[in-house]
Amino acid sequence: MAATSTLFFGIRGVRQLRRFFQALFLIAFVVLIYLTEFSFTSIKGPEDTITPSPWLNLFFNIDPLSGLATGLASWLVYGSLLLGLIILLGTIFFGRFFCGWICPLGTINQMFSTFKSERKSRLGKNLVDSNKYHRYQAWKYYILIGLIALSLLGSAQMGLFDPITIAGRSFGLVLIPALNSALTGIGNLLSESSIGIISLIGKGIFMAASGTLIYFKQPYFQGVFWLTLIFVAILTANRIFTRFWCRGLCPLGALLGIMSRYSIFGLKKNHDKCTDCDLCLYHCQGGDDPHHSVPHRRSECHLCLNCQAACPESALSFGFQPQSKLYESAPDLTRRRAITAGIAGLAAFPIIRSDDKFAKKHPFIRPPGSLAEEDFLKRCIRCGQCMKICPTNALQPALLESGWEGIFTPVLAAQIGYCEHYCMLCGLVCPTGAIAKLDPESKFGTGDNPPVRIGAAFFDKGRCLPWAFGTTCIVCEEWCPTSPKAIWLEEIETIDRQGNIAKIKLPHIDLNMCSGCGACEYACPVSGSPGVYVTSANETRDPNRSLLLRKRK
Amino acid sequence: MNDDVIRRRDFIRLTGKAAILSAVTGAGGYLLSQNEYSPSAIKVIPYNGDRSTAANNAFPDLAVVKGKDHSAAAATAIALLGGMERFISKGDVVTIKPNLGWDRTSAQGANTNPVLVKTVAELCLQAGAKKVMVTDVPCNEARRTFVRSGMEDGLKDTGADLILPEDRYFVRTDLGGEILGEWLVLRQFLETDKIINMPVVKHHSLSLATIGMKNWYGVLGGARNRLHQMIDMSIADLSDYFRPTLIIVDATRVMTRNGPVGGRLSDVEIRDTVMAATDQIAADSFACGFLGLKPSDLKYLVYGESRGLGKIAGYTMVEREIA
Repeated sequence: MAATSTLFFGIRGVRQLRRFFQALFLIAFVVLIYLTEFSFTSIKGPEDTITPSPWLNLFFNIDPLSGLATGLASWLVYGSLLLGLIILLGTIFFGRFFCGWICPLGTINQMFSTFKSERKSRLGKNLVDSNKYHRYQAWKYYILIGLIALSLLGSAQMGLFDPITIAGRSFGLVLIPALNSALTGIGNLLSESSIGIISLIGKGIFMAASGTLIYFKQPYFQGVFWLTLIFVAILTANRIFTRFWCRGLCPLGALLGIMSRYSIFGLKKNHDKCTDCDLCLYHCQGGDDPHHSVPHRRSECHLCLNCQAACPESALSFGFQPQSKLYESAPDLTRRRAITAGIAGLAAFPIIRSDDKFAKKHPFIRPPGSLAEEDFLKRCIRCGQCMKICPTNALQPALLESGWEGIFTPVLAAQIGYCEHYCMLCGLVCPTGAIAKLDPESKFGTGDNPPVRIGAAFFDKGRCLPWAFGTTCIVCEEWCPTSPKAIWLEEIETIDRQGNIAKIKLPHIDLNMCSGCGACEYACPVSGSPGVYVTSANETRDPNRSLLLRKRK
Repeated sequence: MNDDVIRRRDFIRLTGKAAILSAVTGAGGYLLSQNEYSPSAIKVIPYNGDRSTAANNAFPDLAVVKGKDHSAAAATAIALLGGMERFISKGDVVTIKPNLGWDRTSAQGANTNPVLVKTVAELCLQAGAKKVMVTDVPCNEARRTFVRSGMEDGLKDTGADLILPEDRYFVRTDLGGEILGEWLVLRQFLETDKIINMPVVKHHSLSLATIGMKNWYGVLGGARNRLHQMIDMSIADLSDYFRPTLIIVDATRVMTRNGPVGGRLSDVEIRDTVMAATDQIAADSFACGFLGLKPSDLKYLVYGESRGLGKIAGYTMVEREIA
């Protein structure tokens, strides 16, 4: 009767093994996001061979939702996204092991669920009741259906709700920058102390952590408030219902729940041995009804093995078995609601596409190599990897700049950072191909092929120092990275208030050379609203947005 | 005893605690209260930026060496000035200031040739330097610049430290110039025994040339893009404060247009020349010739000379060509 899985490890041993894997995958996830950063160790050579390691995207690649969302939207499974099949095929045979053993957000949810609590609702009978299957657990399936409908129409909104990208954004754009800020803050505070030993501790912090935990420079991201709010809400929900996100909302959990329908592995209940003590329910993570006299809901089970370990009568065991009446393998869906969810998803599409940001003249700038907006939205899962790796911190998660549909997609904020001329890291790291992989030839153009332009620069002649005040400046021209420079100078004579004549150089922009990188806007000494700024005008990703008309021959 | 009636002991204890709490609250508020708010003081640390070498009539002010072997050319130029031992004493901490301004490869000529920096760093260590630091505050992203300039690779196994300009390294000091007062300066250029300025010769639209004196922009943090409004005066101020032990000018390849960033190899001329100097003005005066400029074209040289920083003309010079 002993289950196959427990043969080698024993019941509690298997649970320890699960905890070990959860810790391992969570640490691996965080470390990989930490390493998604321009550093001396990640670089192969001095020339144009700077390539991020393919391992950085491991979790985004094995996440079947990335492949599903982008695959349904664009009918193309990009790069290593096929690795999602490992999880998907595994789930078909073994059930939702991903949720219980691998998912970093699941692990964090489990940790927050199991913290000791004084809340009455989380003790004894209340917890047992809340751990029984509830109808809210079907929400996730409807969310998934709605998101699939949206994907089919060409909008990869799945990325907003995908637990892997949520964890990616939360760690990459909030927690890791915050830890960086905390460590440098403490380090600086202690270093500046006049007491020798304290100052030494401060310097020691930098000695120990510079280049690893402490980045070369502090990353900043807009929308940290919203990203934090979402993450904290997901964590806090665990204080009310164990793993509320995983049980009730997670579209990946829903997908895996559906796929586990024919699995040959699962919980076996021996109802004769059961004394109805409900200890299994007390420890249940998935809300899958492991207790007496009800069918076990396999689509909800995370295979955490807690029930098996908790059962004092050894009435519960995981193992291989045929289908039987004691299992409810199909998710708890009603046809009417499924259709409603699908229609809601379909209806959402024209709504988000009628956002004014979808009108032709949108101002936001996408990373170099980004596909035209419609294709971009079919592919971008908002994992945040491009923003994380951008060495100048230029790429920021959009709030509503690119419309409702583009929340947390990458946009360039030239006053924070500019697009480094020779850098192509965002496209090289992008796991879904929303940003194409560029090389110097494709980025800078060859012969008849024009260079990649992300926009164009314009002078605000009321704010530019030489234009508005007759002051010498031209820092923009100094920084302009193209050769010949897109910013050129006209030498003129100007008269100041006292009537003195002075010679100054007035900057002009040659649109044929400008790549829209934003170095000029970044370098402009006029802060607030710079004297020169970039917009998406003339970007090459969309032929409808080119600006200048020229003779074809 | 009626439970609803407060007992004397409890009453005294309660009012006592309330009194202490109100005293602390009141006193705290009273002590912190002021009618004027003075912002927290910014710490300004005084330093002396003068690391110049005493004049010695036995050696020329400027040595110019031409040769395909750039490392040998640098070594020869230094030897002509008396060898590294003249400049570096045993146990010195040395900071080398190459121009590492831009995310460009070595061949594009926007940054100092890493071969020269490597040679000079090794000569410093051979002369007994305790520590050799190589650093700059680039315009472009620092990590990319250090890697793509070839400097990170070039300094491996030399024993010199390539130091990224982290925020915590900047200190506020008074440069005492005509327009430059208190500025953020990279600590490595202040807390060191010797400074070797290692510029590259480049075109610049505003100052016309970026050579040695303009190279001092790269020790500054803060909003240095404001300095362009009075670029010549600020260059003179910086050169007045930072007086280097030695200047090695890289004219192995010279960016003659589209500077100071460049990009195309056609912006660059191969000149295979290395200069060593003890006189900042002399070095720039001679080197601007590679850009087709006369020293009188460069206002900052005139300002600098008037402050006694060196000679535009009349400096002593040796020229050498090596195989």
